[in-house]
Amino acid sequence: MSATAAPPQAPAPAEPPVHRPALRKKLVPYWLLLPGIVWLLVFFVLPMAYQASTSVQTGSLEEGFQVTWHFRTYWDALTEYYPQFLRSLLYAGTATALCLLLGYPLAYLIAFKAGRWRNLLLVLVIAPFFTSFLIRTLAWKTILADGGPVVGALNTIGFLDVTSWLGMTEGDRVLATPLAVVCGLTYNFLPFMILPLYTSLERIDTRLHEAAGDLYATPATTFRKVTFPLSMPGVVSGTLLTFIPASGDYVNAELLGSTDTRMIGNVIQSQYLRILDYPTAAALSFILMAVVLVMVTIYIRRAGTEDLV
Amino acid sequence: MQWLRRNLVVIAGLCTLAYLILPNVVVTVFSFNNPTGRFNYAWQEFSLDAWKDPCGVADLCGSLALSLQIALWATIGATVLGAMIAFALVRYRFRARGAVNSLIFLPMAMPEIVMAASLLALFLNMGVQLGFWTILIAHVMFCLSFVVAAVKARVLSMDPRLEEAARDLYAGPVQTFLRVTLPIAAPGIAAGALLSFALSFDDFIITNFNSGNTVTFPMFVWGSAQRGTPVQINVIGTAMFVIAVLVVVVGQMVGTRRKKAQHK
Amino acid sequence: MTDNTAGGDVRLAGISKHYGTFTAVHPLDLTIPQGSFFALLGASGCGKTTTLRMIAGLEEPSTGTVSLGDRDVTQLPPYKRPVNTVFQSYALFPHMDIFENIAFGLRRRGIKSVKKQVDEMIELVQLGEHTRKKPHQLSGGQQQRVAVARALINHPQVLLLDEPLGALDLKLRRQMQLELKRIQTEVGITFVHVTHDQEEAMTMADTVAVMNAGRVEQLGAPAELYENPRTTFVANFLGTSNLIEASVESAGDDVVVSAAGTALRLPAARCSTTPRSGGKLLVGVRPEKISLVPAEEEHTVGAGRNKITGTIADSSFIGVSTQFVVDSAVCPELEVYVQNIERDARLVPGARVVLHWNPEHTFGLDAAQDIDAGVETVEESA
Repeated sequence: MSATAAPPQAPAPAEPPVHRPALRKKLVPYWLLLPGIVWLLVFFVLPMAYQASTSVQTGSLEEGFQVTWHFRTYWDALTEYYPQFLRSLLYAGTATALCLLLGYPLAYLIAFKAGRWRNLLLVLVIAPFFTSFLIRTLAWKTILADGGPVVGALNTIGFLDVTSWLGMTEGDRVLATPLAVVCGLTYNFLPFMILPLYTSLERIDTRLHEAAGDLYATPATTFRKVTFPLSMPGVVSGTLLTFIPASGDYVNAELLGSTDTRMIGNVIQSQYLRILDYPTAAALSFILMAVVLVMVTIYIRRAGTEDLV
Repeated sequence: MQWLRRNLVVIAGLCTLAYLILPNVVVTVFSFNNPTGRFNYAWQEFSLDAWKDPCGVADLCGSLALSLQIALWATIGATVLGAMIAFALVRYRFRARGAVNSLIFLPMAMPEIVMAASLLALFLNMGVQLGFWTILIAHVMFCLSFVVAAVKARVLSMDPRLEEAARDLYAGPVQTFLRVTLPIAAPGIAAGALLSFALSFDDFIITNFNSGNTVTFPMFVWGSAQRGTPVQINVIGTAMFVIAVLVVVVGQMVGTRRKKAQHK
Repeated sequence: MTDNTAGGDVRLAGISKHYGTFTAVHPLDLTIPQGSFFALLGASGCGKTTTLRMIAGLEEPSTGTVSLGDRDVTQLPPYKRPVNTVFQSYALFPHMDIFENIAFGLRRRGIKSVKKQVDEMIELVQLGEHTRKKPHQLSGGQQQRVAVARALINHPQVLLLDEPLGALDLKLRRQMQLELKRIQTEVGITFVHVTHDQEEAMTMADTVAVMNAGRVEQLGAPAELYENPRTTFVANFLGTSNLIEASVESAGDDVVVSAAGTALRLPAARCSTTPRSGGKLLVGVRPEKISLVPAEEEHTVGAGRNKITGTIADSSFIGVSTQFVVDSAVCPELEVYVQNIERDARLVPGARVVLHWNPEHTFGLDAAQDIDAGVETVEESA
């Protein structure tokens, strides 16, 4: 047998060459990253910097704007528009909660009960995306029209009494009230809740349900102790995908609401595109960004999931 | 009562589904309306006029064509750039990985209006003419992160030994990528591309800020919500919906038939 | 690349692998003769797979060189080495059918007409009717055969097998072991086989290298390793050994040791260290070499045999044999395997017994080692 093993402690005969990977190979990932990252730096990070600078400028459209480190703009914007801020967070929060409440049963149905209808149901959840969301939002104007069947039915069952007591509707109108805006927001972002929920529910081994049942858990306990905790990643990403865009939305408030339901998105939009008060608009969008990022960070910490991407 | 309790989830789920589908039903029904005023919000009478002449409204079909064109280019751009980033993130170790991950995550964690406003701040400061190119740039930017997420998920679930096996079987780096990595990552790339197309085609907020006088299809709808909604909008909305469902259903049928043929 | 007639020994010289501060493989010299069936045996994380991957070129060694015959291939990428691998869990390309999987290597080397060769290969591994199926439509054993065919069709100088049977159930494993052995004899290519299953290594390989913590502990023919382990790790990892701590009474050609007042003898030639009078020695004996009689029949035991008295603590009947655990003052929990030829009804737990064996069957190990090395790892991977 010509095979031999080196005695463990023996000094290596004539220091063997040490190999290092070639530099060219090391650079490959950077080349792959370069174009996309540059794109994001120039069209995402740099704009933030411009916006930061705009927010501390003063001046007028005619004479041009100068950076004067005028931080007062932030304070003024906050004191003037805090109702819209609070309203945005309230509407977005309500819509998120409703999305979770409405979306969970459907996601659960598709994941566990649909059988051969599963794909069809998924298509039905996704397909509305292809009809422009503006057109679909406009359709709510018809559905919620004054004196229409939907409003009539809601009135008959006393739903509108409850919502008007909550301050979400007035009289027997739904259109142009907070309820209409929340309804639109919920509708628009519902698929963003259902899809992540479905993905995380679908991964759950159904034998876990049987095991829980075998170990004396009632269906309700099984849901509370097994299914729901395991679907947490879906709940977290679903709520984020709903809350974040909803908080900055202005389409629903514009199309379905009134001047009393203006959200912060409406203010930023009109400051930028109609009133052309750029510093205030920039300050407002920075405040919105900060508020959302802080809330999201706290939420992710508390929910304990970090792998969202 | 027992039946109701047992099927509570199913009933609740179907109610949600109805809530999701109802607006599409309304859009479809009202594409056959013949409204009296400028707005198409109340039912008058059945008519096929709009279906016979979908481009009968000035600028409508132009805006649709523009939106499709932008969505196509944005999809190509975002998919290529995003897939490259995803491969780099999954297949290589390098410094600044964490920073790159955060940079990818941030656009998804930010209300669209913040990105829209800041991009406008950039373009205004640089004196860039708003229009086709600024819309395209913005769309590639916000679709990028979604492509990265979709492709990354797919590549992560792919066994790295497959690429090693290819290299072991005399395939050089380029061959390995073309023959093994790319075909296996294809579903992830396709998902990212499809998502990009949908996001770009339907985008309103960022486009609203950065389009200048250029009118995309959502911009047209937005304008008509102020001036008057032609029935043709509903026709196009319905047609898009039907086409999308048909594409999916036909795709499914071809898929199952192919599978069956293989098993024989 | 198909040239496997030239001197095809695989030579590893001073090869090592570090990941940061962790050393996966310590500098290692190893020559694998052409045409042999060589097994790298060890528990998971012992460096055997890393060694294999360095031969394949999938891992770049931190130091040292890999040569095939006279050719230094250390710097060659895997796709330029005349070496092919059968991967753990096979790594069959899921988007290609069986034919295309097997033809992959030929096509990459620019060979146009592959049909004949691929068909022959499919014949060799007996997959005739599955040519156009996708990998996921095949059973584990069939996938395994595709993986072997996909590598072998390239006529590599060396075929590397990374735990190729790990995913198969026991019965299929035995069957595939024989089949791989048959194929190896038929094609005459050098096989380097990585496994954690000692039985698999011993049935299949001509030469086995036992690896532990990045080093080769011992290397040799299976029977040689089994009969003459040189470290406690090998003694415990390959099969089971009873290791008894003893002090040396007299050293010569015949060594006499004593443990708890009992004298045992063994030939000096079977000691891995030179025993010194008054020193310590680990005395080992395999469970199947020991015979067992009830204490009252001690007189039937021939003179000159090693004898230990003890009490049966446990016995388990496993068909061909009965395994006893015997407690004695010399050593707790001695294992004894007795063939079930005539089962003695007196050998039950609690019975006093005498264990005896031929001194020639005893081996001696350096007492400065961990007596339990290699024990737990076996249980873990079993």
